Order: sequence, then C-alpha cells, then structure tokens
Amino acid sequence: MSSVLYDAQGPRAKRRNVLYTALFLVALAALGWWVYTSLDDKGQLAWPLWKPFFSSTEAYSTYIWPGLQNTLEAGALAMVIALPLGAALGIARMSDHAWVRVPGTIVVEFFRAIPVLVLMIFGLALFAKYTDVAADDRPFYAVVTGLVLYNASVLAEIVRAGILALPKGQSEAAQAIGLRKGQVMRLILLPQSITAMLPAIVSQLVVIVKDTALGGAVLTFPELLASAHPMSGYYGNILASLTVLALIYVIINFSLTSFASWLEARLRRRRKSTGPVLGGQDVVNIAGTAATAADPTGSTAGIGDFGGTRK
Amino acid sequence: MFDFLEGYDVWGAFWTTVQLTLLAAVGSLLWGTVLAAMRVGPVPLMRGFGTAYVNIVRNIPLTVIILFSSLGLNQTLGISLGADDFKTINFRLAVLSLIVYTSAFVCEAIRAGINTVPVGQAEAARAIGLNFTQVLMLVVLPQAFRATVGPLTNVLIALTKNTTVASAIGVGEAALLMKEMIENEAQLLLISAVIAFGFCCLTVPTGLIFGWVGKKVAVKR
Repeated sequence: MSSVLYDAQGPRAKRRNVLYTALFLVALAALGWWVYTSLDDKGQLAWPLWKPFFSSTEAYSTYIWPGLQNTLEAGALAMVIALPLGAALGIARMSDHAWVRVPGTIVVEFFRAIPVLVLMIFGLALFAKYTDVAADDRPFYAVVTGLVLYNASVLAEIVRAGILALPKGQSEAAQAIGLRKGQVMRLILLPQSITAMLPAIVSQLVVIVKDTALGGAVLTFPELLASAHPMSGYYGNILASLTVLALIYVIINFSLTSFASWLEARLRRRRKSTGPVLGGQDVVNIAGTAATAADPTGSTAGIGDFGGTRK
Repeated sequence: MFDFLEGYDVWGAFWTTVQLTLLAAVGSLLWGTVLAAMRVGPVPLMRGFGTAYVNIVRNIPLTVIILFSSLGLNQTLGISLGADDFKTINFRLAVLSLIVYTSAFVCEAIRAGINTVPVGQAEAARAIGLNFTQVLMLVVLPQAFRATVGPLTNVLIALTKNTTVASAIGVGEAALLMKEMIENEAQLLLISAVIAFGFCCLTVPTGLIFGWVGKKVAVKR
C-alpha cells in the first residue's frame, strides 16, 4: 500500500525529498548534539563509566548474566505453565456446555482486564500471608504467578482464534468418520491450529520478557533490570548501566520478534485453503486478537477485540 | 467490611490512573500518527527513523523507559518538564514515557489500518492530482482510522493497564496505593478485589464502547 501513496518521483519531487532529508537530518543531529552535550556536561560520557562493559567481562558475569538467568527462568517457567492452562481455557470457552463456557469466559476476560503488576503484587502478598515460601523466593513466585495468570488468558484467546480459523471441513470430516467431540478437538483441530498459533505464541514471549522487568523494579525480584542497582552502585554509572540493559532487552526481544515474523511468513506461504472456516464471521473478529499478538504489540490484547482485518 | 478504605484516597489514586491514561492516549495518538506517516512516506531517512523507533521502543520494557526518564532525564540532566515539586515532575515524566512507549504501538496499528484501505483509493486520489500529504490526510487516513478503532482500543486498554508501571517511580496511582494498603492492612483479598474491580470498571467499558464505535464507523466494503 505505502508505495501507491505517492507517484514515482520526478526531478522536482526528488529535489524536495533531498531538502526534507536534509532538514530532518539537521533536526536529528540537533537532538543528538543536545543529548551529547548535556550528557557530557554532567560527565556521563566519561570513559570510566562505560569501561566496565567494554574492557572486561566482569560486569556481565557478576551482574548481568545472573539477572538475565532469572529473567529467562521466570519467563520460561511462566510460559510452560501458561500454555496448557491457556489451551484449556481457550477450549473451555468454545464448549457446548454453558457451565464450562461461562466460567471460562469470565476467568479469561477478568485476568485480561487486570494489569499484570497488580497480579504480581497480589501474588507477593498471597505467598507472604498464606504459604511458607521463603522470603527470598517470594518475588520469583509472585512474578511467575502474575505472568501465568495474565498470559494464560491471552494465550486462551490465541488458541481460540487458531481453532476457529481452521477450515470447517476438518471437523465435519472428523465427525463423519465417527470421532467424538473430544477426539475431534484432540486429534484433528488442536494439532493443526498449534502450527498456526506458533508465531503468536513466540511473540507472546516478548511480552513475558518485558513484563519480568516489573518484578525487578517493583517487587525486588533479582532479574535483568534489577541488576542495574548493584551494578551501578559498584561502578557508579546508572545511565550507562541502564543503556546496556536496554540494549540487551532490545537484542533478545528483537530476535524473538524477527523469529515470529519469519515463522509467520513461512507458515503463510505453506497454508492451503480447504474451504470456509469454522467460526465464519466470528473468526474475523477474534483473528484480530491473534493478529495483534502476532504483530507483537506488547500487552495490547485486551477486552473487546472487535478489530481485525477486513477483506 | 470496607471500612479499611477510610484512610486511603482510592478515588484520587484511580483519578491519577485515568489522568495518566488520557494524557498519554492523546499524546501517543498524535506522535504515533506522525510516526506512521513517516513510515509510509516518500523520504527514505524518515522511513528509516520510523522503523528504527518502532523496533527499538517496542522491544524495551516500559519499566526501563520510565526508569530512564526518571534517573536520566530528571536526576542526571535536570529536566523537570516545567514542574517544581517531586510529585508533579514524576507524573509528567510518567506521561512522557507512556507516550514514547505507546506511540510505537499506535504507529503499528495505524500502519495496519492504512493497509486495509484498497489500493484503488490512493490511486484515484493520485489520479486527480493530490500530492502525498493530501492523499494521506484527505483520503487514506480517514478511512484507515475507521478500520483502526479496534486495534487502537486494544492499545488504549493496554495503556490503561501500563499506567501501573508509573508506580516504579512513585507516581501515586492505583497499583502504588494497592501496595501501600497491603503493607498496612490485613484484608489482602478485599484490597485486591477493590483494585481489580477498579481496573475492570476502566477497561471493560472501554472495550465495549469502542467495540460498538468501531462497528459503527467501519467502512463497509
């Protein structure tokens, strides 16, 4: 679409574009210069502040790597628990029985409406009051609890969209050869939809990695971001530390994002249509959720996803 | 049962949440639209800037951005955004960070909306001699916005929930109040229920209302 928004450029348009480029470059350079001089004035660009990250691996092995390990551990554990839970909730929402469908819907919509930080704070207090989890372990448990509750409900919607997007003929054929409802879901629908959901699931990992940072900032969970405290305390370089940490987050998440879009492009190329889909009109609406998740818009999935692409 | 709420300004905290949400929503809608326009425009440098901005910002946790603005902008560079007391400074820094973060997602939503506009619309607009700005402002964006209501609602709901991150720099919104109440009071479940109910009251109607609006304004094709 974007290339049809403007004509092929003639000599005048080309000159104008050069002018715009120059003006924009000047603006960017001015901004950069302002940042540079103000940082320099405060002595933030002094080499000793940045040296720990370039000259030796000490900063990485002592502070960053343990934090990163905690981040990845909490994220992986949350994903492993949230995936089956989300699948169960998503399938429950499609049940024929109202007594399964209604509670499933309420649980999913409730946890998507609550900020993940609120869930984490709740988890922390819950473990402190009602369990004998050691005080040191509580933040980890709290972060994982919050991530699981939130992401299970997001994954439930992804699973639901994935299953509703399958061709109708798949379940009809399965029923025709005499499979029961559970068998249709377990043997025919779920395995097929899992491949379709993979990109959305991978990009949900980005959300999880970003959300662990909340645990570090608010709950004293010693993850990647929290390593900024002891590290900048030791080297006296809070801005440099934060910059390096931000860069690490970008590298991890950008690779996940790129992997997800590569996966999606690959699956799209392979996809063959075998007829109209299960959910008919509905799938357009819910697919919006999956599309939003596949195009990792952070924790954007929320209540009332009426969006979606129109054909 | 709810008498423990007496000593706390629950309304005030949620009002701060609402203020953060609304200010950041307006700011990020404007900046996100500008970014989207850059990304579909004819100037390669602006396209590159827009792409880089989106890819970097949406992969950094909002918590890092907010800490950056507090420790970097305020404490190191001494920028106070025109405020003089600690509370107002942090509030404004939180709004700024939310705008920086959310606009990346707004940009992506609008760009997706632009892609739903049929190619023929832009071609027709070009055929009658409109230039890029006119094509975008008069023909494409109005249609794109109608298709973007749904995705933008998701961004708005996420923004509402993301305002809780402002508690990391001490902005007195709902999550900070919740933490404070849990430390001082015994009723964990009641406190959590009140806060959760408050967020449900903010996010559920938003989803329903804008869902209805989105259907209403959708371009029928």
